[in-house]
Amino acid sequence: MGKLVTIKIDGKEVKAEEGANLLQAARDAGFDIPGLCYYDKVSPSGACRLCVVKIEGMRGLTASCTVKVSEGLNVTAFDEELEDHRKSLTELLISEHKFGCMTCEVDAACGLEDLAYRYDVTIDNLPYPARKDLLPVEATSPVILYDPNKCILCERCVKACYEIQGKGILSFAERGIDTYVATDLGGLWVDSDCDGCGECIQACPVGALVPKPSIGKARRWEVTKEETICPYCGVGCRIEVEKKGNEIVKINGADGPANDGRLCVKGRFGYEYQMNNDRLTTPLIRENGQFREASWDEALDLVASKFTEIKNNYGNDAVAGLASARCTNEDNYVFQKFMRAVIGTNNVDHCARLCHASTVAGLARAFGSGAMTNSIKEFEFADCILVTGSNTTETHPVISTYIKNAVINHGAKLIVVDPRRIDLVKYATLWLRQKNGTDVAWLNGMMNVIVNEGLADKAFIESRTEGYEEFEKVVKEYTPEKASEISGIPKEQIIEAARVYAGAENASIVFSMGITQHVTGTDNVLSVANLAMLTGNVGKLYSGVNPLRGQNNVQGACDLGGLPNVYPGYQKVNDPEIKAKFEAKWGAKLDDKVGLSVTEIMDGAGKGTVKALYIMGENPMVSDPNLNHVEESMEKLDFLVVQDIFDTETAKFADVILPSFSSYEKWGTFTNTERRIQMINPVLDPPEGTKDDWDIIQNISKRMGYEMNYTNADEIMEEISDVSPIYGGVHFKKLGNDGVQWPCKTDAEEDRGVLFLHEGTFSRGLGHFSPVDFIPPAELPDNEYPYMLSTGRILFHYHTGTMTRKVGALNAFESGPYAEISPEIAERIKVNEDDEIRVTSRRGTIVTKARITDKVAPMSIFIPFHFAEAAANRLTNDALDPVAKIPELKVAACQVEKV
Amino acid sequence: MDFYNYYALLYIDDSTVAAGVKEFEEILKRKLAAADLLNSVKVLETGSSGLKDYGIGLSVYPGDIHYGNLSTADIDEIINEHFIKGRVVTRLIVKPPEEQFRTSELGPQDVRLQNRIVLSLSGVIDPENIFEYFAEHGYEAIGKILEEKVSPEKVVGIIKNSGLQGRGGAGFPTGLKWDFTRKAEGNQKYIICNADEGEPGTFKDRLILEGNPHLVLEGMLIAGYATGAAKGYIYIRGEYDLSIKRMEKALSQAYEYNLLGHNLFGSGFSFDIEIKKGAGAYVCGEETSLIESMEGKRGIPRLKPPFPGTHGLKGSPTVVNNVETLANIAPILLKGAEWFRSFGTKSCPGTKVFTILGDVRYTGIVELPMGTTLRQIIYGYGGGMREQRSLKAVHLGGTSGAVFDESMLDIPLDYDSVRNHGGMLGSGAILVLSNTVNMRDYLESVLLFFKHESCGKCVPCRIGTARLYDMVKLLETSDNKELILNEMDKLSETMNKTSFCPLGQSLKFPVQSIHQYFGDEILRS
Ligand SMILES: Cc1cc2nc3c(=O)[nH]c(=O)nc-3n(C[C@H](O)[C@H](O)[C@H](O)COP(=O)(O)O)c2cc1C
Ligand code: SF4
Ligand code: SF4
Ligand code: SF4
Ligand code: FES
Repeated sequence: MGKLVTIKIDGKEVKAEEGANLLQAARDAGFDIPGLCYYDKVSPSGACRLCVVKIEGMRGLTASCTVKVSEGLNVTAFDEELEDHRKSLTELLISEHKFGCMTCEVDAACGLEDLAYRYDVTIDNLPYPARKDLLPVEATSPVILYDPNKCILCERCVKACYEIQGKGILSFAERGIDTYVATDLGGLWVDSDCDGCGECIQACPVGALVPKPSIGKARRWEVTKEETICPYCGVGCRIEVEKKGNEIVKINGADGPANDGRLCVKGRFGYEYQMNNDRLTTPLIRENGQFREASWDEALDLVASKFTEIKNNYGNDAVAGLASARCTNEDNYVFQKFMRAVIGTNNVDHCARLCHASTVAGLARAFGSGAMTNSIKEFEFADCILVTGSNTTETHPVISTYIKNAVINHGAKLIVVDPRRIDLVKYATLWLRQKNGTDVAWLNGMMNVIVNEGLADKAFIESRTEGYEEFEKVVKEYTPEKASEISGIPKEQIIEAARVYAGAENASIVFSMGITQHVTGTDNVLSVANLAMLTGNVGKLYSGVNPLRGQNNVQGACDLGGLPNVYPGYQKVNDPEIKAKFEAKWGAKLDDKVGLSVTEIMDGAGKGTVKALYIMGENPMVSDPNLNHVEESMEKLDFLVVQDIFDTETAKFADVILPSFSSYEKWGTFTNTERRIQMINPVLDPPEGTKDDWDIIQNISKRMGYEMNYTNADEIMEEISDVSPIYGGVHFKKLGNDGVQWPCKTDAEEDRGVLFLHEGTFSRGLGHFSPVDFIPPAELPDNEYPYMLSTGRILFHYHTGTMTRKVGALNAFESGPYAEISPEIAERIKVNEDDEIRVTSRRGTIVTKARITDKVAPMSIFIPFHFAEAAANRLTNDALDPVAKIPELKVAACQVEKV
Repeated sequence: MDFYNYYALLYIDDSTVAAGVKEFEEILKRKLAAADLLNSVKVLETGSSGLKDYGIGLSVYPGDIHYGNLSTADIDEIINEHFIKGRVVTRLIVKPPEEQFRTSELGPQDVRLQNRIVLSLSGVIDPENIFEYFAEHGYEAIGKILEEKVSPEKVVGIIKNSGLQGRGGAGFPTGLKWDFTRKAEGNQKYIICNADEGEPGTFKDRLILEGNPHLVLEGMLIAGYATGAAKGYIYIRGEYDLSIKRMEKALSQAYEYNLLGHNLFGSGFSFDIEIKKGAGAYVCGEETSLIESMEGKRGIPRLKPPFPGTHGLKGSPTVVNNVETLANIAPILLKGAEWFRSFGTKSCPGTKVFTILGDVRYTGIVELPMGTTLRQIIYGYGGGMREQRSLKAVHLGGTSGAVFDESMLDIPLDYDSVRNHGGMLGSGAILVLSNTVNMRDYLESVLLFFKHESCGKCVPCRIGTARLYDMVKLLETSDNKELILNEMDKLSETMNKTSFCPLGQSLKFPVQSIHQYFGDEILRS
């Protein structure tokens, strides 16, 4: 916050921050100066001229939104002349504006309408005839409708798309009175690169840009608004839900700490699934191969008795559970407590295994704690950002906007290391295209350059780390030539990247599944950690190592012990002291051996050692590698309980299905990828017949003789903060709008947790360098399977598609399965765009559509995994990283043929 | 200095070249030589005449005679009749359309050359031959500055003392402008020569560029030295083919003689100049739009402050000066500020290049001391009104200037005095309208121009120009003309007070002055 200075507005002294926007400062002080083009999130453009004021010492009138506050400004905000001009300007605007407020989506929430009311301007009392001819409406985007006849050309949308979202899709086309907002200077919206984030809609002060799915759904005064957290990815954007009755009619970005009002297309438009008729609303029990409806009592009794029976017959470890990255912290806590205290097994895991197990393992070893070291908004201020194995634009869309802001607004250097030409490449100073699965090689290569050129941070290494010598020995072997030979990246680029990264004042590394989903996932993560420590880029504001977590609460599900080796707060199950503590707290006998991981549970089921499985809100029948194998395993299970909001691919195999609440209906907390624990609020009433996840679990628990009597999520969090030190200071009443970032250990209101980790000392004390050698992927292309296959996510769908594929707007962007294949492959097998192809690996085969693009490397293919009908995971390799047990989803060999 | 009896301008553009103008020129020159007329007839090449339909065209000055549809067979007749006997070849005369303007100096014999600063060599030296410029003290000013190590402060001081004001329209003191940039922080600074000249009918900058390109280059070099810039751009209106060609030639010659480039005169001062072609819109002549357009963006004005002087091209300190402004620089440094102040008025020293257009006998360009009156210019240099016409109005300073009636003919023309009389001197365009012109029609054409040229950024100008245009059309048929005229005044006042850039701000001058001086006529019609 800048210095406070005194200015005078209409004779009244006002304190304002030096350098602040004068219009904003005046409004904050209660002077309601009109103005439509000013938008506090973008640079001022001074286009509408409504905010003109007189400033002593300045000639004529000045648009106050273009003036910065400085000591002693003497401003006239209101006098007859100013108001006359403002009225004239309003008349001009109304004369160009299509008349029809009564049918406009934003009636009663429109800047121009307010202005007309204020200055008593109507279409009938203008000093000149209004414009009559109408321009065509642009309605080709799946989500946006643009009506140029309502547009006041304030430029807010144009600037929002560029300055906030970093995309720059919009601009003005034509000139003068013919000006309008256009994509690609006049092309069709649907043909542009617009990804439907809707930032422009949110910026529009009038009804010129409206969200199509909301059209005709509600008048403004019929809606109520409530804030909560977006149910999709790990960014944890704050949303404002507008509803009419119990139906969502619109979602806006709210000013949350992780998003500043920004959203992506899923967050803004992906709510329709909520209203979908396929919601499960009653428990179902399988009988003679068919599901039939059942009462809660009957279903819960059955679950409790079957679990008890299997436990008694085969032992506790014959039961396993999958917690959920999409349920709340409270749900996950209760789930793992149930598995551990009631079933008596540590066989609890969840899909984090498939994405970031290696991160947790690797960073725990290097730093002592496996989470993002920094906060999302710090990216905007990093001088150098190295993004590898993260297609951030699609998987963490809002985080990518901060990275783009860093590049566009602050001149940061972006290094992208990725086999695919991802969207961020457009913003990058350097793009290194490595061969899949060669990350240790290029990372070692960069470090070799840094060491040899004396760019390492010796003081940091000396005082903050251990294990350097061993590490250096290995790195010395990876000359740029060698690294280049293995990775296929030209050695000059490796050298240049090393210099840019090491030369930055503060540098941040962003990575995701491209690094983690390998048999060498843990090695990759260790290498990344080495690079950061070598240059002292960790433990500082804006500098660090930042694994981006995929799902809304994957961080929380891990934090709360949805893992086979740890209790909540990463307390080890095989530590006797910890075990004793939990036995005392929970009043139950606990097991001290590490339980089974997701993939081991599936194996166990296949082999018959795991008999019963309890799945809460997960869909392994699409998300797990080598699905054919998963399917066989599922079929072998004696008893499968699936708790979900929809009848998923996995639920088809269930013996009992229990219907639960969706995120919009829950009260509780999510922990986002930057360790921020945020409240989610029940903005909708749950459908009749459903129950909250923790409540279902406690009802099973009671039936199995273990009392759980939580009345709400708050009580559960109180227990969490009692048993888990990193959540020690977390209480619902303290969270407010901004939440807190763990570790948050004290109850004090001011303790909002930690913005960035490892300042001064690492969680484990000294940072640990690990010598890491390159090991090739488990499976590489050969004669039989000549192409490189990798899988991943896309912007418009989420995880296994259970939510997003029920949303019309998202399906309009991308409706079904496809495979990106390189032009070389297309040529070889003679297929054209959209032709059907068959992709086969050693594990399975799928049929999908070809999309020919050089986004993928030559001879490579990429398949999004969201689509069950052509599930990429029928092809993927379930070879595991020996440490983290994460499967190698990013590299497999495959064959592609024309169908 | 040579004097010619006749100046013969040949229009060179795609269509005339296709019609064989080059061959025509060669034969014309050969025959002139054969007739020993090379000392009395000067053949000059110029760009497009705008007379597309007239094939090969030749304009002869003095006399303002325009021949068209020529073939080589006509050459003998033109030489014998016109150049030897002084008789116009009437059968070859074409009358150019009214709205198209010609590209030469004014015709009358009594142009007093001693009053010229920027045009003193135009039409006198061969603009494509750098030696002719050298012979007239060309590049002496910059040479002296660099050799005598005159400090940049001192150079700026001389310009300040001279009282030179920008000739691009606003009349901002040039020395002051340079000083801002000289003092501004920045590793890289730029000089931009504004040669966009978008004002309809005005072609004074073109005459300077085509007549003496090196004078402009030298001005830019001095500006660069004085402000610490190492790079200059000339932003030339896209249609000015010949200007661009001449400038390109001048640049290559200047580089050839090390007057541009690295370490000039061994002083350590380096300066490069590049040509950029204009984007076409009128508002692109406005300095910040011009910069935007040079950066490859839409030519739309930027927010000021910060001013280009500190945050211009690519965010770096930038001087934007008009061609005519820059053409004054070298003479001032050679002859001193005092000498310069001996021209013009006390508050506005120097000369101004005026463009005379419209219903006068001679249209064209004339350079005169500031403070010359409209009457002197129209009747002295423009030769008075055309036959059977009488003077009704003068639109002064370009389209965005005020329109005066006869009562204002005696005001001295300089920035201050015109401003004090409710108008602006602007680019120095003087459009003379005769009694045949209907003033409502005329206002309509002005407003159409503005509606067309408004960039669309700000509400008052974007919508205001459209509504004013609607209103002026309504004036034709309305029963309540007075009300409409008053509303037009009011709207143009709001536009003046609230528009983002001078384009929208200045519309009130023509609107309100036409109401003031010609309101009766409009009401009566
Ligand atoms: C709409 C508009 C058009 C302009 N066009 C020109 C032009 O064509 N040439 C020019 O030199 N200045 C033009 N100007 C003025 C420039 O903005 C600027 O003031 C000038 O280039 C500064 O040079 P000077 O200080 O040498 O006059 C224009 C200004 C406006 C508002
Ligand atoms: S929806 Fe997003 S990407 Fe598309 S134009 Fe609007 S701001 Fe830009
Ligand atoms: S669409 Fe809306 S935000 Fe964009 S320029 Fe028009 S009025 Fe402004
Ligand atoms: S006044 Fe406004 S609309 Fe008109 S040209 Fe200037 S910026 Fe553009
Ligand atoms: S709000 Fe200031 S000009 Fe529009």
